[in-house]
Amino acid sequence: MTVRRTTAFSAAGLVLTRDLRLAVRRPSQLIQPLAFFAVVALLFPLGYTPELGKLRAIAPGVLWVGALLASMLALESLFREDASDGTLEQFVVCGQPLVALMAAKTLAHWLLTGLPLTLMAPVLGIALGVPVEAMPGILFSLLLGTVTLSLIGAVGAGLTLGVRRGGVLLSLLTLPLAVPVLVFGARATELAISGESLMGPLYLLGALAVLGITLAPLAAAAAVRIGLE
Amino acid sequence: MNWTWFHRLGSPPHIYRIAGTLTPWFAWPAGLLIVAALYGGLVLAPPDYQQGEGFRILYVHAPSAWLAVMIYGVMASAAAVGLIWRMKVAHAVAASCAGVGAWFTAVSLVTGMLWGKPMWGTYWVWDPRLTAQLILFILYLGYMGLRAGIDDLGRADRASAVLAIVGVVNIPIIRYSVEWWNSIHQAPSVMKMDRPSMPLDMLAPLLMMLLGFTLYFAAILLVRLRAEILRRERTASWIREVLR
Amino acid sequence: MSELSVKNLHVFRGERHLLRGLGFEVPAGCCLQVVGANGAGKTTLLRVMSGLLEAESLELTWRGERVEPRDPEYHAELSYLGHDPALKSDFTAAENIAFNVGLRRRVASQDVRSALARVSAEKFSDRPIRSLSAGQRRRVALAALWLSGTRLWMLDEPATNLDAAGQALVASLIQEQLSGGGLVMAATHQDLGLPAAQRASLEIGVHGVRT
Repeated sequence: MTVRRTTAFSAAGLVLTRDLRLAVRRPSQLIQPLAFFAVVALLFPLGYTPELGKLRAIAPGVLWVGALLASMLALESLFREDASDGTLEQFVVCGQPLVALMAAKTLAHWLLTGLPLTLMAPVLGIALGVPVEAMPGILFSLLLGTVTLSLIGAVGAGLTLGVRRGGVLLSLLTLPLAVPVLVFGARATELAISGESLMGPLYLLGALAVLGITLAPLAAAAAVRIGLE
Repeated sequence: MNWTWFHRLGSPPHIYRIAGTLTPWFAWPAGLLIVAALYGGLVLAPPDYQQGEGFRILYVHAPSAWLAVMIYGVMASAAAVGLIWRMKVAHAVAASCAGVGAWFTAVSLVTGMLWGKPMWGTYWVWDPRLTAQLILFILYLGYMGLRAGIDDLGRADRASAVLAIVGVVNIPIIRYSVEWWNSIHQAPSVMKMDRPSMPLDMLAPLLMMLLGFTLYFAAILLVRLRAEILRRERTASWIREVLR
Repeated sequence: MSELSVKNLHVFRGERHLLRGLGFEVPAGCCLQVVGANGAGKTTLLRVMSGLLEAESLELTWRGERVEPRDPEYHAELSYLGHDPALKSDFTAAENIAFNVGLRRRVASQDVRSALARVSAEKFSDRPIRSLSAGQRRRVALAALWLSGTRLWMLDEPATNLDAAGQALVASLIQEQLSGGGLVMAATHQDLGLPAAQRASLEIGVHGVRT
């Protein structure tokens, strides 16, 4: 038997495709955050006012808070199953860099929640009176922002691995860290709606994403190692 | 890796004794400074030409706000030392910091609100400093919640250390984003401590108070550290000798 | 000539000083059977040796070189089979093996088939893990272990949930690993039927006094 070692890159690819295939076989987990996002956004016309003019004013906040909470909702399951069935142990002992595997899992989480949430935002935006011209800006800002949310969330999910019923704690840990994303994202959306240039907050969102991509997988890997002990 | 062995057995009693010896050296100057600064701030300093007597809450608010941020820094540094060099005493320091830090954050929030009432006519305004302080408070709560949520002490130490380091990287970003957010929405901001025009008889008590509060924190940290070490080492034999 | 050597191993679990100055050596082609009462630290020892748990102190030598139990080079030659067999209930047996082994080495589908045949599990190759019994799942995990082709096996109660035929399978897999020059550390009280030259035993917990 000739044995060819798997490279770190293809190991990460395996983890990514495995998570995507698992999600396809269990679509309810995929749909839940989207449904949650829709319900939260659609509660505002009912709870506040059906007047599109007024809704447009709060649309940035509604869209971003909704996306933030929905992506958080999907976080709890990010590591939980892998931890309970022994998969994370195998990730640690398989000789591959854990940071790469964590990055792959985070990417899978973003593809399964952040990206669909982003694509859904314009639809909800229309219901909140957002003009069509603002959609590209909203899409782009959410695309950048949800990357950072997934990265922050992976760290939080890793840290709460050893905690019983850690769902509430997970929100408590990640929400303050997500404040900058919320601030810059909502501002970008606001500028997009009023038809101004949103490059300023977009750059800031991009900077946060780069910082997150650099540091968050390291922190998540350290957290997972500790959580398994 | 013999030195970690040394740390575990060697350090705690040593640190315990040193902390005990040092405590009065911080506590007495802290007490004297705070009393002197209170006299200077509440009696000697003239009323502010804009804010009248109400400004005097600054003498409690500003030092608390400063400590709230500084203690998080101390906590994260101790946590990093504990994580990198696997030093148990450093984790005990971080654990002792959290409660004090959260308390000073709460004090700065409450005094900020009390100050806001006469200034703005309302207890809460989304002032950038107050908002950042509120987020810092939630960070402290998360840290303490994570510690409390993990049963195994070693794991709680190391997981909370990772969180503290992540938090300390984020605090400047959060502060910047809140300032940025505020500059766009232009909420009123009265609490500007960096006025160059502050006369010496107002400024001197403030600086004394800052130093006094910092020394007070050092003293209280040492006391809490001793309690934390006792709790952690309760089965070790040296405790019996110390407490005899 | 021992390939794996451990000196001065100390482990704390909570306040318990569980392993105190443990030291042992495992030569190539030898199985070290770890025995001891429940709670003596058998699982802890295997997890420390696999880099899943940090020791207070440990001098580990692997094939003549000092290594840390978290070194990727050491992990690349090590397989760990714990209580949870790391199988996804939505995937088939074959898919699980392809993924778990694929993290370490390239596997073709005929490799997976031959691994399942080795543990007499080819019948449920395409059935989702959800539909398998605990013993059948254990067999799938053993197939992944066999296919990984690593030199050092860490087995924590490998025969859990297995019937008599399954226990014989575990023994024969270990024998095959040893005859190829591999090493095994196994926490099990099962008689593996090994010749005296290929086995050693390590009893732990005899001085596991509370501090």
